[in-house]
Amino acid sequence: MWGFNITKTRAIDFDKNNREPMMEILRLEPSIRVCIACGACTATCTSGNLTPFNIRQLNVFMQRGEYQELKKEMHKCMLCGKCTLVCPRGVNLRHLILKTREVLLNEEPLFAQN
Amino acid sequence: MNSQNPLHTESRWRKYQKEIADDHYYYARSCIRQNFFPGSERAFLKIMREELNKDIFDDPRHTTCTGIAYHSDIVPQETTSTVIARHFALMTEMGYQNLAISCVTSFGLYTELLETWKHFPEEETKIHEMLWKATKREFVKPKNLAHSSDIFFHNREQIAAKSQFNLINQKTGESLKVVEHIGCHYAKIFPEKGVGGAEFPYVLAGMVESWGGNVVDYPERRHCCGFGFRNYLVMANRGYSVANSKKKFESMKPYEPDFIVANCPGCSMFMDRWQYTIAEMEGTTYGKNGYGIPVLTYEEMAGLVLGYNPWDLGLQMHQVSVEPLLDKMGIPYNPDEKYKVKRNVALPLKPEILMV
Repeated sequence: MWGFNITKTRAIDFDKNNREPMMEILRLEPSIRVCIACGACTATCTSGNLTPFNIRQLNVFMQRGEYQELKKEMHKCMLCGKCTLVCPRGVNLRHLILKTREVLLNEEPLFAQN
Repeated sequence: MNSQNPLHTESRWRKYQKEIADDHYYYARSCIRQNFFPGSERAFLKIMREELNKDIFDDPRHTTCTGIAYHSDIVPQETTSTVIARHFALMTEMGYQNLAISCVTSFGLYTELLETWKHFPEEETKIHEMLWKATKREFVKPKNLAHSSDIFFHNREQIAAKSQFNLINQKTGESLKVVEHIGCHYAKIFPEKGVGGAEFPYVLAGMVESWGGNVVDYPERRHCCGFGFRNYLVMANRGYSVANSKKKFESMKPYEPDFIVANCPGCSMFMDRWQYTIAEMEGTTYGKNGYGIPVLTYEEMAGLVLGYNPWDLGLQMHQVSVEPLLDKMGIPYNPDEKYKVKRNVALPLKPEILMV
């Protein structure tokens, strides 16, 4: 009838986005707080080499509270751990992925909690 | 340190002021306003002549400035420049030097042209020749270029002195909450040509404050209304256009504004009509009880303050009903006179979602 639709805004409203899951993930894996977004993780990622998977982008999605996008990406990780090996800040990215899956996808922990 | 010096602050603020001629104007009408809100320009001329006793010439030979076509990349700059040069020639022939421009797009374009000629005098020479070849006319550049909202701003206290109604809620005694929206081409292109510049445009806020209202300072206050020429003119792009207005409505809604006032033909039109579109497409309305937020032009606002009949001002041409605002201001009106049709013509059906 109209010939057009109202374009959805791409603005990120921090007042509306629920940041509770992010706080929980940060509590479970606090090392991500020192990330400098250098992209070494993405550069070395095997999955990222074969697909548009981008670990650095996952952190951006998490910080913004955009969990739908984050959930879509989670299973692309093969948990090889190369990102953790190359991180110049010592962020435990493999553990971060596991904990994010637990929080967002309600997956059972692979390892017993400390 | 300097910012704490009041003299320094004053001198800095002076940069944001502009010179507005006091009398003897040649009036450049807007092509689209005469269709959207035809009462506005009529009210402007009436207020100028009868309330402010100014000399203003309304020339029937005046045409579009081609601004919409120019900003849609349909008309080349030389054509636009020559059409505007013809307007200057008409003004010169009638013995005027001050130009009062009704439309913000035209105002931006006339200013752009004069600035271009300042930096590239050879372009001015070329347009002199083109105009002579086309029309055998010659022109002198205007001494003063003012948007017609500048002129009301300049005379706002005189209008306030003659006011019959104020921008005050008669039931509560509180000032009305007014959203002022300045057209982008008023001061975002050439900030020094607008009252308050691009950062603190004060042209409408000054009127609102002088006439008793309170200006709402909401987050998306300086956001574009979304018209954007091709954003609207190409149907596939209209979703982007309406999304901009929606962003503004959502940002202003929590402040419960009583009305919106705009100084640009496109802004008045789209902020009014898009409220109906959003109601139909998404079921959202932004006023109280299913109504929208009324949108006025500054001439309509001045006319209401001066006690003019709302239907003579053309307020029935608005999509969003203005009656809730008239009730708040205590302005009497006859609902039966809202639509006076001479022939037996059926009025359009009322929308189902947006209350009118």
